[in-house]
Order: sequence, then C-alpha cells, then structure tokens
Amino acid sequence: MIDFKNLHKKFGKLVVLNGLDLNIKEGGIFAILGPNGSGKTTLIKCLLGMVIPNEGEITYKNKSVLRKWDYRNDLNYLPQIANFPPNLTVVELIEMVKNLRPKQSNEQDLIKLFGLTDSLQKKLGNLSGGTKQKVNIVLTFMFDSNLIILDEPTNGLDPIALIHLKELILKEKAKGKTILITTHIMSFVDEMADEIVFILDGKIYFKGSVNQLKEQTKNDNLEHAIANLIAKQYA
Amino acid sequence: MLKILKYSFYDLMRSRWSYVYFLFYLILGFVLLFLNNDVNKAVITLMNIIIVLTPLIGTIFGVMYYYNSREFTELLLAQPINRKKIFMGQYLGISISLTLSLVLGLGIPFVLYGLFKSTAIFNFGLLLVVGSFLNFIFVALSYNIALSTENKIKGFGYAILMWLFLAVIYDGIFLISLILFDEYPLDKFSLFATMFNPIDLSRILILLKLDISALLGYTGAVFRKFFGTSLGMVLSMSILVLWVLIPVVRMNLKLKNKDF
Repeated sequence: MIDFKNLHKKFGKLVVLNGLDLNIKEGGIFAILGPNGSGKTTLIKCLLGMVIPNEGEITYKNKSVLRKWDYRNDLNYLPQIANFPPNLTVVELIEMVKNLRPKQSNEQDLIKLFGLTDSLQKKLGNLSGGTKQKVNIVLTFMFDSNLIILDEPTNGLDPIALIHLKELILKEKAKGKTILITTHIMSFVDEMADEIVFILDGKIYFKGSVNQLKEQTKNDNLEHAIANLIAKQYA
Repeated sequence: MLKILKYSFYDLMRSRWSYVYFLFYLILGFVLLFLNNDVNKAVITLMNIIIVLTPLIGTIFGVMYYYNSREFTELLLAQPINRKKIFMGQYLGISISLTLSLVLGLGIPFVLYGLFKSTAIFNFGLLLVVGSFLNFIFVALSYNIALSTENKIKGFGYAILMWLFLAVIYDGIFLISLILFDEYPLDKFSLFATMFNPIDLSRILILLKLDISALLGYTGAVFRKFFGTSLGMVLSMSILVLWVLIPVVRMNLKLKNKDF
C-alpha cells in the first residue's frame, strides 16, 4: 500500500535518510523503531508531505504523494507533541478539524471513552499534558481512514487511557486498517505490533515479525533484542 | 483557506493582546481629539504614531503567532489541505484582525467626535488605509523571517531588527548619505531610497495628501516635484501594494521546499 523508494533526506550536513527502501502492505500494525535520531519521524513526515525528500519517491496506493495533498484525506496522523491554539476550547477545536475534513466522524464515542466530557468547554491552554494528548487521540481516531500514523502515542497517558488506546488500535486493526506506530516503549510493541521495521543510519536495518527478530538476535526479550540491534551501532 | 482564516481570526480576536491593542488606539483617539480639539491636527499626530507603531505591532504579532502555533500548524499540515492555503489563511487572519483593531480603535472616537461633518474625513481615511497597508506589509515580512528561521529567539531578534532598521536606522543612513553627497544631484537617489522603505513611503503618502509642505521634508518635496500630488499618490500607493505582494510571493515560494 505504501512504497518508499530510494529515499534521501539531508538537513544541512546531517544525512537522516540514506537511500531508504520500504514497502508496507495493507492491514496490520507496523512498529517503526530505531535509536534516537535514526529518522523515524522524518520518514513519517515525508509520507505526510511535511518534509520534502531530496531524492526518491513515495507512493500511496500506487499514486505518488510528493507535493500532493488530497491523499491525506485517507490518513489520520497523531503528532508527537500536542500543542493547540490556547484560546480555542476543546469543542471548537474538534469542530474545526471536522470542518476541515468533510468526512464522517464519531467523536462522541471517543470523548466518552477518554472521559473528556467535562473538559469540552475548557480552553486548550488550560489543559494538562495528558488531557491534551487525549484530545489529540480523539482528533486522530474520529475519522474513518485506511491509514493511521501514530507518533509516540503513549506520551503522558494514564494507565486507563493507555488501555483504551490499545483497544482502539486493535479495533481499527480488526477493520483491516494499516497502522504505523513509532514508540520507544518495547512492551507496547511486543503486545501490539505485527511487524517491526527497524531503522538505523537512515536505512531499513531489519523488517519482519517480532518472533523473527527474537530468533535472529537469539534473544527472548524484545527489549534486549532491540538493544542488541542498537548496540551494533555503538560498537 | 477561508476556514483557516476564520479560525486564526477568532483565535486572535479572543487573545488579550488584540484588546489591549484595540483599547490603546481607542484611548489614543479620544485623548488626541480632546487635547487638540482639531481633527486635522489629530491626524498628523496620529500619523507619526501609526507609522512607527503599526509596523512594530505587525512584526511582533506575526513572529509570535507563527512560532506559537507551530505545533498546531503541523496538525493542519497533516490534514488534506494545501499548505499554501494554511499559511495564507493564517497570514490574512493576523493582518485582518490587527487592521480591525486599528480601524475600530481609531474610528470610534473620530466618528463620535463628528468626523463625518468634518473635512478631515478623507485625510483620516487615508491614514487608516496606510495603517492597514503597514499591517499587511509587516506581518508578511515577519512571516517571511519566521519561515526562514527555525530558532524562535533568532527569528524574533531578526524581526525586531528589521523593524528597527526600517523605522529608525534607514532614515539615519539616508540623512547621512544626503549630507555626505550633497554636491551631487540626489533627487533620483532619494526617490528610490524612499521607495525601498514602506514606512518612509507611507509618511510621504499621507503628507502629500495633507499638503503640509513644511513637514514634507526633502524626499517629500522631490516626490511632489517629480510626480505632482495626484500622480505621486497613485505611484506611492502602487508601490505599497508591491510591498505587500512581493513578501507574499516569496512566502509561497519558500513554502514549496520547507520542511516541518
């Protein structure tokens, strides 16, 4: 469904993506992992059209996405840092995003699920970090799209919200959606991911299922298996 | 684009600073009118304030809004909207809300004072038009600076420097060069030098209209000699339009290759 071909991206002298090739098929949860600064977020932002690659091609459903914008109607994105206009209330923000995307939405269920009913009339500037992240999740999941991209979705969430988030992700997966997640929390990956994409030095270093990774690194614990992969970089 | 404009506008209209700015002009308008007791004189005093203050406020609001809404802009960028429309919407939202503060803040006291019966209505109208132009120009310039500068502090610094340069330093350099080169014919030089600074240009535009030769200064006099009052006004007005258009075009070009 998504195809990255020979993707290059430099920020000044810093090479972030170095001829990355990746194919993601439709359906399932893909965890994009890698050490800090390995290019996970850059890769996602290239797909979203926020970062423009120096070289290479990205296709979504066999259509190029570079410098286009209408394909984004079919994807939901959860950004890493939730920071909203402080003067808007939660309801207004939700209405605004709905207004920008003329698409069916089911925000009411999500608002109830995350217990945001009391916060709806509050200004976004007065919300705590965790509550903002919940609003962020509502905004991401309220539309029905084939591709869902989550950048560090667990940031600042309390255990109950985390359980709800996991249920939500699994529900979407059951509908046959494709879900890309970046995170540093390995237990989350172990529990959720069907496939792991490990990025190192701007290239795909490993791609396969959790079990394949454990076998390849001869390590039963995913955290250690990943650490094993990263350690090679430090060696 | 209209949707983004609407929300940026509401967002700003709800911010405390828009009201502070509005109230400032409101109080200024009342005070000037009751101290001067003469609409024409009040217009001149106002000109001196507007010409320096609107660029400063436009610059500060522009950079502040850009940097403060950066994460939110990222959220918008992930929506199915053309990125040009996002930024043009924000730009127009800021410019229009600032212009509204200016027009309402000054307009209310002047209308209450009996502007419509006074002959100064056109002078006053021109003052508001020039003030609005300066808003649109300086918000565009500061947006350009913010788009090109990742670091918030640096961006803020550059923007303030730009304002300081155009509002104060430029005139200084201009005067010094007039003194240094006073043996040469300087008409054309001063004409061009004025066109490269929107603040100078606005000042001359208003003074041409007010027709106060004592205040015109060297460039103003040259302007009037060269173009006459009406052609001079049309010309300076069209250059002000260019001062809005060029930064806006540059903004759109910059956006094409910008990473967020």
